[in-house]
Order: sequence, then C-alpha cells, then structure tokens
Amino acid sequence: MADTTVSASTVEKKRINPQIENFKNVWRKLRQNRLAMAGGFLIIFFCVAAVVGPWLTSNDPNMPNVSDRLQGPSGEYWFGTDHHGRDIFTRLVHGMSITLRIGISSVIVGGTVGVFLGIISGYYGGRIDAVIMRSMDVLLAFPSILLALGIVAVLGGSITNVIIAIAIFSIPVFARIVRGSTLAVRKLEYIDAVRALGASDARIIFLHILPNIVSPIIVQATLFIATAVLSATGLSFLGLGATPPTPEWGAMLADGRNYMWDHPHIALFPGLAIALVVLAFNLFGDGVRDALDPKLKS
Amino acid sequence: MFVYTIRRLIQTIPVLIGVTLVVFLMMHLIPGDPAQIMAGERADAETVELTRDRLGLNDPLPVQYGSFVWNAVQGDLGNSIRSGRDVSAEIVPRFWVTVELAVYSTILSVFMGLIAGIISATRRNSISDMVIMVVALFGLSMPNFWLGLMLIQYIGLTVGWIPVSGWGGAAVILPVITLGTAGAAIIARMTRSSMLEVIHQDYIRTARAKGVKERYVIYKHALRNALIPVVTVVGLQFGVLLGGAVLTETVFAINGLGRFVVEGINQRDFPIVQGSVLVLALLFVLVNFIVDISYRLLNKRIELD
Repeated sequence: MADTTVSASTVEKKRINPQIENFKNVWRKLRQNRLAMAGGFLIIFFCVAAVVGPWLTSNDPNMPNVSDRLQGPSGEYWFGTDHHGRDIFTRLVHGMSITLRIGISSVIVGGTVGVFLGIISGYYGGRIDAVIMRSMDVLLAFPSILLALGIVAVLGGSITNVIIAIAIFSIPVFARIVRGSTLAVRKLEYIDAVRALGASDARIIFLHILPNIVSPIIVQATLFIATAVLSATGLSFLGLGATPPTPEWGAMLADGRNYMWDHPHIALFPGLAIALVVLAFNLFGDGVRDALDPKLKS
Repeated sequence: MFVYTIRRLIQTIPVLIGVTLVVFLMMHLIPGDPAQIMAGERADAETVELTRDRLGLNDPLPVQYGSFVWNAVQGDLGNSIRSGRDVSAEIVPRFWVTVELAVYSTILSVFMGLIAGIISATRRNSISDMVIMVVALFGLSMPNFWLGLMLIQYIGLTVGWIPVSGWGGAAVILPVITLGTAGAAIIARMTRSSMLEVIHQDYIRTARAKGVKERYVIYKHALRNALIPVVTVVGLQFGVLLGGAVLTETVFAINGLGRFVVEGINQRDFPIVQGSVLVLALLFVLVNFIVDISYRLLNKRIELD
C-alpha cells in the first residue's frame, strides 16, 4: 500500500512541470557538447569583459598619444598602438560593448517583429499570409548586406541606424522559420481543443503556439547574432556605421588600413576579435540547435 | 515541370514589383529634397524647381513609380548626379566584373566545400574530419574583408606575381579566395551532414550488401542524393556572395558593382545607388529562380506545391 502511494506521488511530481524537465534535458545535452560549452563560456567572458573591461584598462581609448604611435605589441601595449598612438587592446575592450550591443539588440528588435509576423502569417493563413510572406520575399530578394547598406544610405551612418538596418534585414529570416513552425503546430489537436474551450486567437497564439515554437527561434537568434556582428563590422569598415574615433572594430580596421602594411598588428587584432566573437556565437548556436532538436540540423 | 516553371515564374512577379518599389522609395525616403540633392547644394530655387519638373517630381507618386519602372525596363536608370553620365552605361561593365567575381567564388566554394565535406563524412570522427570542421567553422566566422586584408598582407606582398588590387589575370586569385572561403565552409558543413544522413539510409546498406564497391556507394548512390540540399545552399550562397562582393571589391579596389554602390552612397549620388542595388537584386531573383527549378529537377520526390 505504502509503496504505491509513494510512486504515485513521484509520478505526480514529475508531471508538475514538463517544461522544466525539458529544459533540464536540453541543458544536460548541451553540457556534454564541449565545443558548445566553449562557445558559451566565451560569450559569457566577452559579456563580462564588455561591462567590466573599460574600468580595468589604464589607457584612454580615444586620446591620441603621438609619441607612442605605431608601436608593436609590448608589455605596456599588449596589442601595440595605432597611428594615433592609441592602445589597440584598450580600444578593443571598449569596442566589445558596441559589438555585442549591435549584435544582440538588432536580433531582439528584428526577431520580435519577425516572430510576430511569422506567427500571424502561419496562424491566420489566407490573404494575410500572402501579403506578409510576399513582403518577406521582397526583403529577401536583396542580397545580404545590400539591404542593410541601402537602409543605412537612407538613414545615415550611426550605430543606432546600423542596428535598425540589421534588424530589418533579419525580419524575413525569423518570419519564415516561425511561419513554418506555426503551420505545423496549428494543425495539432490540442489547439483545436483549446479553441473549442473558447480561447481567443491572441490567447492561442501567445500561450499555446508560441511556447511550442521557441526552439527554432532560440537557435536562429543565437546564430543570427553571429551574422549581425559580421554585417555590422562590415558596414563600419565601409565607413557607413560607427564613425571615428569610436573604437568599433570594423571602423578600427578601416581606420588602420593604410598603416597595416608596415605594422600588421593594427589589422590583425581587431579582425581576430571579430572572428572570435562570431565563432563563439556560431559554436554555441550549433550546440543549442543540436540539443534542442537534432532534426533541425540541416 | 512546365506547369511548375510557369507557376514559379508568376510567383516572381510580386517580388519584382516589390523590389522596384523598395528601390524607388529609397529615393523618396532620403531626408531632404531629392530635387535639391540632384541640382546640387548651392543651386538656387529656380534651378531646383526646374530639376524637380524635369525629374517629374511634381507628378503623383504612382505616376513617378510607373515611369521609373518603364524607364528601367528600357534600360534607362537615369544619370549620375556627379558626372552626369548614363547610369546604365556605367553599370554594365561593372556588372560583369561582379558576376565574374561571384561565379568564380561560387565555383571555388563548391569545389572546396564538396571535397572537404565528403572527406569529413566518409572519415567521420577522424583527425581529418575534426581539422576540416574546425577550419570550416573558423572560415565561417571570419569577416571576409579582414581575410582579404590578411591575404594581401601575407600572400600578396610576399608572392610578387600576385597583384593585390584590380581585376583580371592573376589579380582574381586573392579576391576569389576572400569571397569564396565562407561559402566553402558552409557547403563543407552542409555536405557532411547531408552525406551522414544519407549514408544511414536503407538503400545504401542494400547497395553495400549486394557488394557494390565502396567508392561507387559513396559517389554514385550517396552523393547524388546528398547533393540535393546542397544545391539550395549554393543558391542562397550566391546571394551572400553578391552582398559580400561589396566588401571584397572595396578591399581589392575592384571596379565592380558592389564598390560602385559604396561610392554612390559616399558621394550621395543616389541614381547610382538605386540602379546598382536594383540590378543586384534582380540578378539574385533570377539566380533563385534557376536554383528552384534545378532543385525540382534534381529531386523528383518533392511535391509540386
């Protein structure tokens, strides 16, 4: 008798929150993936460095120091100095927050709009779907960075405008994926059941569909941060994003270009920094994808 | 197949309308008066008014859009503000340079990507697999403009016979590597995962069981089916390449369409920006169309809609 009660109550406990169980399961898989964990730790490290770093560096990121210009890496200047005598390491540390801010906020803005459009499109179908998805097709018809380039040309170059441009460029990517997932979930029986119980469309969309399509959204968001960072540094490199003397990494590369032939360290370190941040998000995104849903691996 | 082609062709019409509309509106969304920009900053009110009239800016927007599309169809993309030259005539030679750059880079990335992907998949979990995947991941994460700068620095300037700027002859080597690397990385990863999926299918086991040589199993049975998803990636990659050409052309001072866009933006020469962006977008729409059709030809299992 006693035994049955105990096992019944454990079953009951397990049933309490399948979402937490699911999360634990994903976390366990993610922890076994060494590359993904390396990526995750790098991301945390970069975030901490972006917040704390500027307080720890003793040099000024923007103050020219003519007597120390174009110095190679040394104990005093770890990554050397640029043509204004500014410490490259300090500038990279100060630029970290700009890079992360652009990457993360453009994905949040673009992802929110894209998820909203995709879910509406997939849920209602018909004419709404046709209008939304044809508009997304139009945005996708502009090859990658070109759309962002056009938007920045219209808005003018600044970090905020780069975020807006990349956010717009990410909308169709999210909308397409979310629409597909919504279509799959919408047909499931429990949605019919909830609707029969009298739930409103908004309730069904936000409480019953959205939680079930979170996996592909998370995967896409993580991987798109990598794309966003590459695009943003590219725009700044072209002189259309952050402007000097802002220690943005792409702008640093553009700025130091004329001096790099004799002083390779000027271009080497900012590029490596970009590559490392992008690599971290790619590694982590890959891992999250595999942990959440191996079927997405394509 | 014919019906599918026609249907797919009809589907591109709204996209074409949308693309032209976006490019047309770019001009009107720019802060400031287009006529003033066109006439020059120091032009007096009368000249501005004349320019406005000449450009048809007093017409209602739909009429303006109509004539923009009508002119574009006839190959008239307006004149450059700075040089006054015909934009279409300026675009044509640059267009071919960019197409060449993108095509060579695609060939390089497909070639490298397939080889690396097949090696990785057939020798799963070996050292070569791990090395290839790590290199691919890094190739994917590098900004291509930085890769270009590094190639100039460490190869262009040490190997004397490779020019580090311009286009044509040996000068194509470094830009093509710069632009093709990320694509090669993506195709390698895609080929690997696609091959691994196919290798576990029943018909591969059957082929092996009936004694087909391993080489035939890989190249004749597995690769053919594994290539289907790769084709789509190649198509998408082409768009990324066209966008990436903007940066590559800037780094190597190549007179292509991508660099033309950037110059146009920097000089606020909007007819140039408009024309080049329109041409690049149309090219990408065309490539996507071709990819969809060939995808359909390759994969007979896919449903018609």
